[in-house]
Amino acid sequence: MTGVWIAVLATAAGCYALKLAGLTVPQRVLASPRVRRFAELVPVALLAALSAVQTATSGHTFALDPARLAGLGAAVVALLLRAPFLLVIVAAAGTAAALRAAGIT
Amino acid sequence: MSAPTRVPASPSQARPVRDGVSLGLAVGVSGLAFGAAAVSSGLSVWQACALSLLAFTGASQFALAGVIASGGSLLAGTAGAILLGSRNTLYGLRLADVLRPRGARRMLTALGVIDETTAVSLAQPDPIAARTAFTATFCCLYLTWNLATLAGALGAGRIGSPQSFGLDVVGPAAFLALIWPRLRAGRTERLVATVGAAVALGTTPLLPIGVPVILAATAALAGALAPQQSVPQQSAPEAS
Repeated sequence: MTGVWIAVLATAAGCYALKLAGLTVPQRVLASPRVRRFAELVPVALLAALSAVQTATSGHTFALDPARLAGLGAAVVALLLRAPFLLVIVAAAGTAAALRAAGIT
Repeated sequence: MSAPTRVPASPSQARPVRDGVSLGLAVGVSGLAFGAAAVSSGLSVWQACALSLLAFTGASQFALAGVIASGGSLLAGTAGAILLGSRNTLYGLRLADVLRPRGARRMLTALGVIDETTAVSLAQPDPIAARTAFTATFCCLYLTWNLATLAGALGAGRIGSPQSFGLDVVGPAAFLALIWPRLRAGRTERLVATVGAAVALGTTPLLPIGVPVILAATAALAGALAPQQSVPQQSAPEAS
Protein backbone atom coordinates (compact mmCIF):
# COMPACT_ATOMS: atom_id res chain seq x y z
CA MET A 1 0.00 0.00 0.00
CA THR A 2 2.84 2.38 0.85
CA GLY A 3 4.46 1.48 -2.46
CA VAL A 4 1.29 2.44 -4.33
CA TRP A 5 1.16 5.78 -2.49
CA ILE A 6 4.76 6.48 -3.50
CA ALA A 7 3.90 5.64 -7.11
CA VAL A 8 0.82 7.89 -6.97
CA LEU A 9 2.71 10.84 -5.48
CA ALA A 10 5.75 10.38 -7.73
CA THR A 11 3.47 10.29 -10.80
CA ALA A 12 1.71 13.44 -9.59
CA ALA A 13 5.01 15.23 -8.92
CA GLY A 14 6.51 14.16 -12.25
CA CYS A 15 3.44 15.16 -14.25
CA TYR A 16 3.28 18.54 -12.51
CA ALA A 17 6.99 19.18 -13.05
CA LEU A 18 6.62 18.44 -16.77
CA LYS A 19 3.71 20.89 -17.05
CA LEU A 20 5.59 23.60 -15.14
CA ALA A 21 8.71 23.03 -17.25
CA GLY A 22 6.76 23.90 -20.38
CA LEU A 23 5.69 27.25 -18.90
CA THR A 24 9.19 27.99 -17.59
CA VAL A 25 11.68 26.71 -20.15
CA PRO A 26 12.83 29.14 -22.85
CA GLN A 27 10.93 28.77 -26.11
CA ARG A 28 14.01 27.95 -28.18
CA VAL A 29 14.19 24.42 -26.75
CA LEU A 30 11.52 23.48 -29.22
CA ALA A 31 13.29 25.17 -32.07
CA SER A 32 14.57 21.84 -33.34
CA PRO A 33 11.85 20.32 -35.51
CA ARG A 34 12.93 16.83 -34.46
CA VAL A 35 12.51 17.53 -30.75
CA ARG A 36 9.10 18.98 -31.50
CA ARG A 37 8.17 16.00 -33.66
CA PHE A 38 9.33 13.55 -30.98
CA ALA A 39 7.20 15.31 -28.36
CA GLU A 40 4.20 15.05 -30.67
CA LEU A 41 4.73 11.35 -31.40
CA VAL A 42 5.48 10.10 -27.86
CA PRO A 43 1.83 10.02 -26.75
CA VAL A 44 0.79 8.33 -30.00
CA ALA A 45 3.30 5.50 -29.50
CA LEU A 46 2.71 5.08 -25.76
CA LEU A 47 -1.07 5.21 -25.83
CA ALA A 48 -1.23 2.76 -28.75
CA ALA A 49 1.09 0.44 -26.84
CA LEU A 50 -0.96 0.73 -23.64
CA SER A 51 -4.18 0.05 -25.48
CA ALA A 52 -2.69 -3.04 -27.19
CA VAL A 53 -1.10 -4.44 -24.03
CA GLN A 54 -4.17 -3.96 -21.87
CA THR A 55 -6.42 -5.47 -24.52
CA ALA A 56 -4.42 -8.50 -25.57
CA THR A 57 -2.20 -9.57 -22.68
CA SER A 58 -2.51 -10.74 -19.11
CA GLY A 59 0.73 -10.63 -17.15
CA HIS A 60 3.45 -11.97 -19.43
CA THR A 61 1.18 -13.98 -21.74
CA PHE A 62 -1.17 -13.16 -24.58
CA ALA A 63 -4.81 -13.43 -23.56
CA LEU A 64 -7.52 -12.79 -26.09
CA ASP A 65 -10.77 -12.23 -24.23
CA PRO A 66 -13.65 -12.13 -26.79
CA ALA A 67 -15.79 -9.70 -24.78
CA ARG A 68 -12.85 -7.31 -24.31
CA LEU A 69 -11.93 -7.44 -28.01
CA ALA A 70 -15.56 -6.81 -28.97
CA GLY A 71 -15.64 -3.87 -26.56
CA LEU A 72 -12.59 -2.33 -28.21
CA GLY A 73 -14.19 -3.02 -31.61
CA ALA A 74 -17.26 -1.10 -30.47
CA ALA A 75 -15.00 1.79 -29.48
CA VAL A 76 -13.49 1.82 -32.98
CA VAL A 77 -16.97 1.88 -34.56
CA ALA A 78 -17.99 4.74 -32.23
CA LEU A 79 -14.82 6.66 -33.14
CA LEU A 80 -15.44 6.14 -36.86
CA LEU A 81 -18.93 7.55 -36.31
CA ARG A 82 -17.28 10.55 -34.59
CA ALA A 83 -18.96 9.89 -31.25
CA PRO A 84 -17.88 12.07 -28.30
CA PHE A 85 -15.30 10.70 -25.85
CA LEU A 86 -17.72 9.56 -23.16
CA LEU A 87 -19.96 7.75 -25.65
CA VAL A 88 -16.93 5.86 -26.98
CA ILE A 89 -16.16 4.64 -23.45
CA VAL A 90 -19.78 3.72 -22.75
CA ALA A 91 -20.02 1.80 -26.05
CA ALA A 92 -16.86 -0.16 -25.26
CA ALA A 93 -17.75 -1.03 -21.66
CA GLY A 94 -21.41 -1.66 -22.53
CA THR A 95 -20.54 -4.10 -25.33
CA ALA A 96 -18.15 -6.08 -23.14
CA ALA A 97 -20.64 -6.11 -20.26
CA ALA A 98 -23.51 -7.23 -22.52
CA LEU A 99 -21.49 -10.07 -24.02
CA ARG A 100 -20.41 -11.26 -20.58
CA ALA A 101 -23.99 -11.09 -19.32
CA ALA A 102 -24.91 -13.26 -22.32
CA GLY A 103 -22.35 -15.82 -21.18
CA ILE A 104 -19.57 -15.07 -23.69
CA THR A 105 -16.28 -14.96 -21.79
CA MET B 1 -36.10 37.92 -38.34
CA SER B 2 -33.42 36.47 -40.52
CA ALA B 3 -30.63 38.48 -38.97
CA PRO B 4 -31.24 39.70 -35.42
CA THR B 5 -28.61 41.88 -33.79
CA ARG B 6 -25.59 39.80 -34.56
CA VAL B 7 -23.16 41.15 -32.04
CA PRO B 8 -23.63 40.03 -28.43
CA ALA B 9 -22.53 42.36 -25.62
CA SER B 10 -19.08 40.84 -25.19
CA PRO B 11 -18.32 38.43 -27.99
CA SER B 12 -14.69 37.88 -27.01
CA GLN B 13 -15.66 36.67 -23.52
CA ALA B 14 -18.93 34.80 -24.02
CA ARG B 15 -17.62 32.27 -26.49
CA PRO B 16 -14.46 31.17 -24.70
CA VAL B 17 -16.45 30.70 -21.49
CA ARG B 18 -19.08 28.64 -23.29
CA ASP B 19 -16.44 26.55 -25.10
CA GLY B 20 -14.53 25.92 -21.91
CA VAL B 21 -17.50 25.07 -19.72
CA SER B 22 -19.09 22.70 -22.23
CA LEU B 23 -15.85 20.82 -22.89
CA GLY B 24 -15.03 20.79 -19.20
CA LEU B 25 -18.37 19.21 -18.33
CA ALA B 26 -18.28 16.67 -21.18
CA VAL B 27 -14.75 15.46 -20.55
CA GLY B 28 -14.90 15.86 -16.78
CA VAL B 29 -17.67 13.29 -16.50
CA SER B 30 -15.16 10.70 -17.76
CA GLY B 31 -13.63 11.00 -14.31
CA LEU B 32 -16.32 8.48 -13.38
CA ALA B 33 -14.60 5.96 -15.63
CA PHE B 34 -11.19 6.78 -14.14
CA GLY B 35 -12.40 6.53 -10.54
CA ALA B 36 -14.09 3.20 -11.19
CA ALA B 37 -11.15 1.81 -13.18
CA ALA B 38 -8.63 2.96 -10.56
CA VAL B 39 -10.42 1.30 -7.65
CA SER B 40 -11.00 -1.92 -9.59
CA SER B 41 -7.24 -1.83 -10.40
CA GLY B 42 -6.43 -1.97 -6.70
CA LEU B 43 -5.98 1.71 -5.80
CA SER B 44 -7.83 3.05 -2.78
CA VAL B 45 -10.48 5.74 -3.16
CA TRP B 46 -8.05 8.34 -1.76
CA GLN B 47 -5.25 7.26 -4.09
CA ALA B 48 -7.61 7.63 -7.06
CA CYS B 49 -8.62 11.10 -5.80
CA ALA B 50 -5.00 12.12 -5.12
CA LEU B 51 -4.09 11.30 -8.73
CA SER B 52 -6.97 13.37 -10.11
CA LEU B 53 -6.26 16.28 -7.76
CA LEU B 54 -2.48 16.39 -8.13
CA ALA B 55 -1.53 14.73 -11.42
CA PHE B 56 -4.66 15.92 -13.27
CA THR B 57 -3.83 14.38 -16.65
CA GLY B 58 -6.09 11.52 -17.70
CA ALA B 59 -3.82 9.36 -19.83
CA SER B 60 -1.08 9.17 -17.17
CA GLN B 61 -3.65 8.37 -14.50
CA PHE B 62 -5.21 5.54 -16.53
CA ALA B 63 -1.73 4.26 -17.37
CA LEU B 64 -0.59 4.00 -13.75
CA ALA B 65 -3.85 2.29 -12.77
CA GLY B 66 -3.45 -0.15 -15.67
CA VAL B 67 0.05 -1.23 -14.63
CA ILE B 68 -1.04 -1.63 -11.01
CA ALA B 69 -4.01 -3.72 -12.17
CA SER B 70 -1.77 -6.08 -14.11
CA GLY B 71 0.57 -6.48 -11.14
CA GLY B 72 3.41 -4.69 -12.88
CA SER B 73 6.41 -2.99 -11.30
CA LEU B 74 5.44 0.30 -9.66
CA LEU B 75 8.63 1.89 -10.92
CA ALA B 76 7.84 1.01 -14.53
CA GLY B 77 4.24 2.12 -14.05
CA THR B 78 5.34 5.47 -12.64
CA ALA B 79 7.93 5.98 -15.38
CA GLY B 80 5.38 5.18 -18.10
CA ALA B 81 2.80 7.52 -16.57
CA ILE B 82 5.31 10.38 -16.31
CA LEU B 83 6.58 9.78 -19.85
CA LEU B 84 2.99 10.06 -21.06
CA GLY B 85 2.76 13.44 -19.33
CA SER B 86 5.66 14.78 -21.40
CA ARG B 87 3.31 16.09 -24.07
CA ASN B 88 2.05 18.62 -21.51
CA THR B 89 5.52 20.21 -21.59
CA LEU B 90 4.98 20.90 -25.27
CA TYR B 91 1.56 22.37 -24.53
CA GLY B 92 3.09 24.54 -21.79
CA LEU B 93 5.63 25.95 -24.21
CA ARG B 94 2.86 27.00 -26.57
CA LEU B 95 0.57 28.30 -23.83
CA ALA B 96 3.33 30.33 -22.12
CA ASP B 97 3.41 32.59 -25.15
CA VAL B 98 -0.33 33.29 -24.96
CA LEU B 99 -1.08 33.24 -21.22
CA ARG B 100 2.19 34.78 -19.96
CA PRO B 101 1.64 33.65 -16.35
CA ARG B 102 4.05 34.97 -13.69
CA GLY B 103 5.00 34.04 -10.13
CA ALA B 104 2.40 32.22 -8.03
CA ARG B 105 -0.07 32.38 -10.89
CA ARG B 106 2.31 30.33 -13.01
CA MET B 107 2.43 27.60 -10.36
CA LEU B 108 -1.35 27.29 -10.46
CA THR B 109 -1.59 27.63 -14.24
CA ALA B 110 0.86 24.74 -14.65
CA LEU B 111 -1.57 22.28 -13.04
CA GLY B 112 -4.09 23.07 -15.77
CA VAL B 113 -1.80 22.51 -18.77
CA ILE B 114 -3.43 19.50 -20.46
CA ASP B 115 -4.89 18.43 -23.83
CA GLU B 116 -8.30 20.04 -23.36
CA THR B 117 -7.25 23.44 -21.94
CA THR B 118 -4.63 23.74 -24.68
CA ALA B 119 -7.08 22.86 -27.43
CA VAL B 120 -9.72 25.39 -26.29
CA SER B 121 -7.20 28.18 -25.53
CA LEU B 122 -5.33 27.93 -28.82
CA ALA B 123 -8.62 27.88 -30.76
CA GLN B 124 -9.43 31.43 -29.59
CA PRO B 125 -8.85 34.42 -31.85
CA ASP B 126 -6.86 36.61 -29.40
CA PRO B 127 -4.81 36.32 -26.17
CA ILE B 128 -7.55 37.80 -23.94
CA ALA B 129 -10.08 35.26 -25.17
CA ALA B 130 -7.42 32.55 -24.84
CA ARG B 131 -6.84 33.44 -21.18
CA THR B 132 -10.56 33.41 -20.48
CA ALA B 133 -10.91 30.09 -22.28
CA PHE B 134 -8.03 28.58 -20.30
CA THR B 135 -9.50 29.67 -16.97
CA ALA B 136 -13.02 28.51 -17.88
CA THR B 137 -11.89 25.12 -19.17
CA PHE B 138 -9.47 24.53 -16.31
CA CYS B 139 -11.92 25.46 -13.53
CA CYS B 140 -14.85 23.54 -14.99
CA LEU B 141 -12.84 20.46 -15.94
CA TYR B 142 -10.89 20.36 -12.68
CA LEU B 143 -14.06 20.50 -10.61
CA THR B 144 -16.00 18.00 -12.72
CA TRP B 145 -13.08 15.58 -13.16
CA ASN B 146 -12.37 15.43 -9.43
CA LEU B 147 -16.01 15.09 -8.32
CA ALA B 148 -16.55 12.42 -10.98
CA THR B 149 -13.40 10.57 -9.86
CA LEU B 150 -14.70 10.48 -6.30
CA ALA B 151 -18.15 9.29 -7.43
CA GLY B 152 -16.66 6.62 -9.72
CA ALA B 153 -14.23 5.44 -7.05
CA LEU B 154 -16.96 5.16 -4.40
CA GLY B 155 -19.32 3.48 -6.87
CA ALA B 156 -16.82 0.90 -8.08
CA GLY B 157 -16.57 -0.68 -4.65
CA ARG B 158 -20.30 -1.46 -4.60
CA ILE B 159 -20.84 -3.03 -8.00
CA GLY B 160 -19.07 -6.31 -7.47
CA SER B 161 -16.97 -7.63 -10.34
CA PRO B 162 -15.58 -4.77 -12.45
CA GLN B 163 -15.35 -7.11 -15.44
CA SER B 164 -19.10 -7.68 -15.48
CA PHE B 165 -19.47 -3.94 -16.17
CA GLY B 166 -16.81 -3.99 -18.86
CA LEU B 167 -14.55 -1.70 -16.82
CA ASP B 168 -11.45 -3.54 -18.08
CA VAL B 169 -12.11 -2.10 -21.55
CA VAL B 170 -12.38 1.49 -20.30
CA GLY B 171 -8.61 2.09 -20.29
CA PRO B 172 -7.87 0.67 -23.77
CA ALA B 173 -10.89 2.46 -25.26
CA ALA B 174 -9.91 5.76 -23.60
CA PHE B 175 -6.33 5.52 -24.96
CA LEU B 176 -7.60 4.82 -28.44
CA ALA B 177 -10.05 7.74 -28.27
CA LEU B 178 -7.26 10.07 -27.06
CA ILE B 179 -4.95 9.30 -30.00
CA TRP B 180 -7.71 8.96 -32.63
CA PRO B 181 -7.49 12.56 -33.91
CA ARG B 182 -3.73 12.11 -34.37
CA LEU B 183 -4.15 8.81 -36.17
CA ARG B 184 -6.38 10.59 -38.65
CA ALA B 185 -3.78 13.32 -39.06
CA GLY B 186 -1.10 11.41 -40.92
CA ARG B 187 0.60 8.25 -42.12
CA THR B 188 3.60 8.69 -39.79
CA GLU B 189 1.25 8.79 -36.78
CA ARG B 190 -0.46 5.55 -37.83
CA LEU B 191 2.90 3.90 -38.45
CA VAL B 192 4.28 5.04 -35.08
CA ALA B 193 1.15 3.76 -33.32
CA THR B 194 1.36 0.37 -35.06
CA VAL B 195 5.08 -0.07 -34.40
CA GLY B 196 4.68 1.14 -30.81
CA ALA B 197 1.92 -1.41 -30.17
CA ALA B 198 3.94 -4.17 -31.88
CA VAL B 199 7.09 -3.42 -29.85
CA ALA B 200 5.11 -3.49 -26.61
CA LEU B 201 3.26 -6.70 -27.46
CA GLY B 202 6.39 -8.40 -28.76
CA THR B 203 8.43 -7.67 -25.63
CA THR B 204 5.63 -8.40 -23.13
CA PRO B 205 6.66 -12.06 -22.59
CA LEU B 206 10.31 -11.05 -22.02
CA LEU B 207 10.37 -7.87 -19.93
CA PRO B 208 8.96 -6.76 -16.56
CA ILE B 209 5.34 -5.56 -16.81
CA GLY B 210 5.16 -1.85 -17.65
CA VAL B 211 8.58 -1.75 -19.35
CA PRO B 212 7.29 -2.77 -22.83
CA VAL B 213 5.08 0.32 -22.93
CA ILE B 214 8.04 2.60 -22.20
CA LEU B 215 10.01 0.80 -24.90
CA ALA B 216 7.29 1.82 -27.36
CA ALA B 217 8.73 5.34 -27.18
CA THR B 218 11.44 4.08 -29.55
CA ALA B 219 8.75 4.07 -32.25
CA ALA B 220 8.22 7.79 -31.61
CA LEU B 221 11.98 8.35 -31.76
CA ALA B 222 12.21 6.51 -35.09
CA GLY B 223 9.24 8.49 -36.39
CA ALA B 224 10.85 11.78 -35.36
CA LEU B 225 14.24 10.92 -36.88
CA ALA B 226 12.87 9.47 -40.12
CA PRO B 227 13.17 11.79 -43.10
CA GLN B 228 9.86 13.54 -43.61
CA GLN B 229 8.53 12.87 -47.06
CA SER B 230 5.61 15.26 -47.17
CA VAL B 231 7.20 18.34 -45.62
CA PRO B 232 10.10 19.86 -47.54
CA GLN B 233 13.05 20.42 -45.18
CA GLN B 234 14.74 23.27 -47.01
CA SER B 235 13.02 26.46 -47.95
CA ALA B 236 12.83 25.54 -51.58
CA PRO B 237 12.63 28.28 -54.19
CA GLU B 238 9.17 27.10 -55.20
CA ALA B 239 6.81 29.49 -53.40
CA SER B 240 3.76 28.22 -51.56
